[in-house]
Amino acid sequence: MGSRASTLLREEEIEEIKKETGFSHSQITRLYSRFTSLDKGENGFLGRIIKIPESPMCRRVVVSFREDQVNFKGFMRTLAHFRPIEDNEKNKNPPTSEPLNSRTNKLLFAFRLYDLDRDDKISRDELLQVLRMMVGVNISDDQLGSIADRTIQEADTNGDNCISFQEFIKVLEKVDVEQKMSIRFLH
Amino acid sequence: MAALWPFPLLISESLWACLALTLPDGYPEPHNGPPTAGFNYSHVDPSVDLPSALRVFSLDYHHVQAPFEIVLWIMLASLAKLGFHWSGRVPAIVPESCVLIMVGLLVGGVIYGVRHSAPPTLSADAFFLFLLPPIVLDAGYFLPGRLFFENLGTILWYAVLGTLWNVLGIGLSLYGVCLLAPSSLGDISLLHCLLFGSLIAAVDPVAVLSVFQEMHVNEQLHILVFGESLLNDAVTVVGTGAAVLYKLFESFLRLPSVTGLDVLVGGCRVVVVGLGGLFVGLFFGLVAALTSRFTFRAQVIAPLFVFLYSYLSYLTSEMLHFSGIVAIVTCAVTMKQYVEANVSERSNTSIQYFLKMWSSVSETLIFIFLGVSTIQDIHMWSWPFVCSTLLLCLVWRATGVLLLTAVVNKLRRNAVTFRDQFIIAYGGLRGAICFSLVFLIDDFPKKRLFITTTIVVILFTVFVQGMTIKPLVELLDVKRKKRALPTVSEEIHSRLLDHLLSGIEDVVGYWGQHYWKDRFEQFNKKYLRRFLIGEHHQTHSSILRVYQEVERREQQGVEETPPVVDAHSSSRPLLPEEMDSIRRILSRNLQNFNNKQMPAYSRHTLHQDLTTDKMRKPLHRHQSLTERCTYHTITYCPQRVDGEFSKSCRGRARLSRSHTVCSASPRWSERPDSLVPAALNHTQPSDPGPAEEEPDSPQRRTQIERATKKQLSFILENEKPL
Repeated sequence: MGSRASTLLREEEIEEIKKETGFSHSQITRLYSRFTSLDKGENGFLGRIIKIPESPMCRRVVVSFREDQVNFKGFMRTLAHFRPIEDNEKNKNPPTSEPLNSRTNKLLFAFRLYDLDRDDKISRDELLQVLRMMVGVNISDDQLGSIADRTIQEADTNGDNCISFQEFIKVLEKVDVEQKMSIRFLH
Repeated sequence: MAALWPFPLLISESLWACLALTLPDGYPEPHNGPPTAGFNYSHVDPSVDLPSALRVFSLDYHHVQAPFEIVLWIMLASLAKLGFHWSGRVPAIVPESCVLIMVGLLVGGVIYGVRHSAPPTLSADAFFLFLLPPIVLDAGYFLPGRLFFENLGTILWYAVLGTLWNVLGIGLSLYGVCLLAPSSLGDISLLHCLLFGSLIAAVDPVAVLSVFQEMHVNEQLHILVFGESLLNDAVTVVGTGAAVLYKLFESFLRLPSVTGLDVLVGGCRVVVVGLGGLFVGLFFGLVAALTSRFTFRAQVIAPLFVFLYSYLSYLTSEMLHFSGIVAIVTCAVTMKQYVEANVSERSNTSIQYFLKMWSSVSETLIFIFLGVSTIQDIHMWSWPFVCSTLLLCLVWRATGVLLLTAVVNKLRRNAVTFRDQFIIAYGGLRGAICFSLVFLIDDFPKKRLFITTTIVVILFTVFVQGMTIKPLVELLDVKRKKRALPTVSEEIHSRLLDHLLSGIEDVVGYWGQHYWKDRFEQFNKKYLRRFLIGEHHQTHSSILRVYQEVERREQQGVEETPPVVDAHSSSRPLLPEEMDSIRRILSRNLQNFNNKQMPAYSRHTLHQDLTTDKMRKPLHRHQSLTERCTYHTITYCPQRVDGEFSKSCRGRARLSRSHTVCSASPRWSERPDSLVPAALNHTQPSDPGPAEEEPDSPQRRTQIERATKKQLSFILENEKPL
């Protein structure tokens, strides 16, 4: 958190981000310095990030950043999904739109990791791709296919052989998504 | 009340066991046997008797006395346990540990009355060497690893610091009490108080397990209390050892106060004891895993290695004065995943079943002996001491939990709520470990007082706290365990979220638990699994394992069905495939599933009962008994000669992990009565080539789809009457 970082980020920007994402002032400045440290080099932000994570899944995460035009605002918006849901937020006046770290938005973020073509449905192929990344290379395609089939069958209620967002929500209703998808950002 | 008819039988058997145990040592009473039979004692000089050398009937109790008595005790314990489960509404109100202690009290009283001398007490050696390890091994083997490691920091925090807080608090306060009442308690020194504090402060895993398993609180709470009770053994060991050290230093330095060096040494010792146990456990766990890799040629003795290595780790660390409990838990946790992958299905079931059995017997014996040992001559009572001990235990534990949680909540992702804290504080039960430890103290005038106090504290915590904690949990509306059936979807999506979190943590630069978990998983995959798991057993992904597990369970469902189904299926015209899918669905609804991720802590069931509302067994009598019904725990290869199921039986019989070859593509089964291709494919050792099944697959696939859809609709249907 050097002084250099804070001069590049104007106060009104910080306020804007704060309102949109709910992060605190110090968190934003801290994350900004992290962002700038990642943004070095010719490749810019994305190029640097791709080298960090070792699993292909993490690269998926990178892809999800691309949606938001990888500037600091987009960075923060993505990270806002991972703020833990705090109890006192429920008491405040409800904002006009749902906060970014609500359960639905968290699930939407996860949904988008599967659904690359943004047609609001996870098709069997998309699922297979994700499975392949998570599971490694030693499993045959047939087995993976049957796992994918089973996943779709478990979720699919309207019979279109794809998982829509609503079905996705339903499948994960017993999983404690709020806690799983939260990082404690240091103040 | 037809369920009560076995009661008289059990009672009479128990009484017989009691009486047999009251036989005095040595020669059996002469009036026991019929005088007219050719009754002979081996110790009587044969030259006195009649010339015929052969006796028709003779009794030689002395020869078999030791094992006979042991077996009788175990028999008594088991019958008491049986009686408990048959006794109507009692299990709902009174936890099993209480009933067993009461039975022990009864038996102790009977023995005392008959023999007019103290009944046999639980020797510390027998307890620590024979009775405690099975329980801890069972707990460690079924420990939910992921949950445990996620909460490890908090657990260590509670275990180490909390216990230290309690030890010092109780010890010093008791010393203060002793100073205040110098007339009766004047000769108890600070050393003794600290020693007493160290052994009474520790929460006992046996008692905690036996009470908490019936409560089904949320997993986080469960693992916190349970983990703490396991790990504070390290501190307790040090506590009793440190007292020795302290004595040494005290005599050496002649200082009445604690020097800084003492504290430092004590602290180092805690670390050494804990880490030492950890490394011993790790070592033996890895060796066990390696050994299990080669057991596929002698599968029958594979379970034996699990037990031998675990016990060896316990004994080794006890020998080195490390924490035996930590060692055995580490050993179990380490070797579990590799052993499970390496040994056959049957061996796995044997291991699990034997663990449950031994730990069950151990626990029962411990509680009964607790009761029996209470009846003794050597009690010494002192109102101030006993009452203040009780009070101090409660107070210090409560304050300790509050303070520690306040600190640790700042660092945790999911805060520990006040209700949870209350349950943690209230659920700190003392048990047999304290009891055995108190006997190990060197003799000094007030030792009997300590023994009495310990017994009172144990009885108080087990009875009062044990009985009231369940209603309190319900009263406070503590978050309960979610009883969910795992689905493949959930596993996959959870995995995805884990990866996602790892990535985000990487990006943010936050080395959270996901980062370490990822690292460990990679290390595991690259080195450990390759080394410790035989080549033909390598399953590479938990997703695949869960999927196989689920498929396998579905297949189990096929065998368990026959009689129940037909009543339900009579109302619709059905094709054969539909019939089978329905059978499978109904069997699933009527059978409990073994959830791989749920901790199977229950002593009574191997497969934890996870009924969601839609899965109700017709045998339920009482809500609290649902978790307790031993129910088809061995679903393995039932002895059915039923025609249409014999094939599946045979198929199941050959289901072994060694055939789950990952590189083999799933083969569609050609048996008409099964639409679960994947699991059965794993069982076919004589695999036909994949080519000839290709044309079948689209048909099978539609059948599966149809089957699963019916599955969903059937589940909905079954929900209605409930």
